[in-house]
Amino acid sequence: MTLWRDIKGTFKAYWVTLRNLFRRPVTIQYPDEKRTPYPRYRARIVLTRDPDGGERCVACYLCSAACPVDCISMQAEEREDGRRQAAWFRINFTRCIFCGLCAEACPTLAIQMSPDYEICNRDPLNLVYEKEDLLINDGGKDNEYNFYKHAGIGVVNPRGGNDDETPPANVKDLLP
Amino acid sequence: MTDFLIDLALILVKIGLVFFILLTGAAYMVLAERKLLGRMQLRYGPNRVGPFGLLQPLADAIKLVAKEDFIPSHGDKVLFFVAPGIAAVTALLTFAVVPFGPPITLFGREVPLVICDLNIGVLYFLGLSSLAVYGVTLGGWASNSKYALLGSIRALAQLISYELSMGLSIVPVVLMARSFSLTEIVNAQAGIPFALKNPLAFVIFLISVFAESKRIPFDMPEAENEIVAGFHTEYSGMRFGLFFVGEYINVIILSSMVTIFFLGGWHGPLLPPIVWFFAKVMLISFCFIWTRGTLPRLRYDQLMHFGWKLLVPLALANVIITGAVLLWLNG
Repeated sequence: MTLWRDIKGTFKAYWVTLRNLFRRPVTIQYPDEKRTPYPRYRARIVLTRDPDGGERCVACYLCSAACPVDCISMQAEEREDGRRQAAWFRINFTRCIFCGLCAEACPTLAIQMSPDYEICNRDPLNLVYEKEDLLINDGGKDNEYNFYKHAGIGVVNPRGGNDDETPPANVKDLLP
Repeated sequence: MTDFLIDLALILVKIGLVFFILLTGAAYMVLAERKLLGRMQLRYGPNRVGPFGLLQPLADAIKLVAKEDFIPSHGDKVLFFVAPGIAAVTALLTFAVVPFGPPITLFGREVPLVICDLNIGVLYFLGLSSLAVYGVTLGGWASNSKYALLGSIRALAQLISYELSMGLSIVPVVLMARSFSLTEIVNAQAGIPFALKNPLAFVIFLISVFAESKRIPFDMPEAENEIVAGFHTEYSGMRFGLFFVGEYINVIILSSMVTIFFLGGWHGPLLPPIVWFFAKVMLISFCFIWTRGTLPRLRYDQLMHFGWKLLVPLALANVIITGAVLLWLNG
């Protein structure tokens, strides 16, 4: 009966291809049809702002250190009110591998991955993004988070002046 | 004198028309194949050039003509030039004997819808399909490449083996029609097509024709994942294009042969004869594409075993049985 099985097997395949002929193709025809990436899709990197509109980045170099391909570079500076920021901040997207380690390393949630994947370009120099290209007027994924409301010793608020802090105790009062 | 001129003009118009339709048909066969294969694999296939990708054959032709014409060093230059021509011309010439409709009346004379109604049309077809082997073999030989040579050796062995079973499966048709002329064979099927009268011969012929066209599942001569592209590995540009077009013209020719020998040619109810003929040819051509989308490639020894140990004996037995039955019925 193997002959019969072989013949049946041969013709079953015809039925399968015929059925597939009338099914909808799974192709997404890219420039015309675009699929929406998931919110946590890792594509173009952005620098976000806190709810007050200030830059979140404190130029701590952690992202730059975490980056496996060394595509992030910056120069730190201090503003007059004592807030740290980046004098310049540069991401070379021709090198970036979109691994997301910089976003994980960032202590202030400043650097984040966005789902905007259409940054391909004919000139590689157009892919070197400066700080003003990277900054967006939004808080990104954790909109309410404001680093200086929780940390940053005595920079924005006086020491211990944040909502979730208590003022420093006077050590001399505590003497027995 | 004017009679002669009108005759000549009619013949030339007929040849031009057939030539044009055949070449355009072959070009669009490529498109149809790519689209259908794509849909079978849940893709769209070419749909960028023109509406529904209908201008794709044109774009392909421009691409082929514009490509570099590469000639391998140490190859046989003359044969290398001639081989693609043989492949394409033998395919084209076969269509000379294909009757695609009953005779029509034009300018007060009867015009047969066939370029040349040879009384040995069947032999002409078999002879040209044997000649077509030369194109493939010489092309592979002249390329001075091991893949091309392997491909052409395979093609040679395969085509010769399957020509045998193909020829033998036509013998019952000739016996039943009592003629070698393709027009007579079609006319003999006015009632019942031979595919119903002799289904075994039909199946053998269909399989042999698939092997004859060197397409999946019998595409050993150009098995991509074993010998690169087989006999046309070294060909590029329009020379490759000739092999390519020749293959698709061959598909159309072989489909028309299946139609003529077994499906009753232009005979059919209601619709005009030419429409019936084209519909049947399209159906068989679709079967070619469908098979390509469905079956995997046979192994070389399986191919040879299948041809020599199964198809040829079956076809031989079929010839004897058909002959005996015809003798008993008419005797």
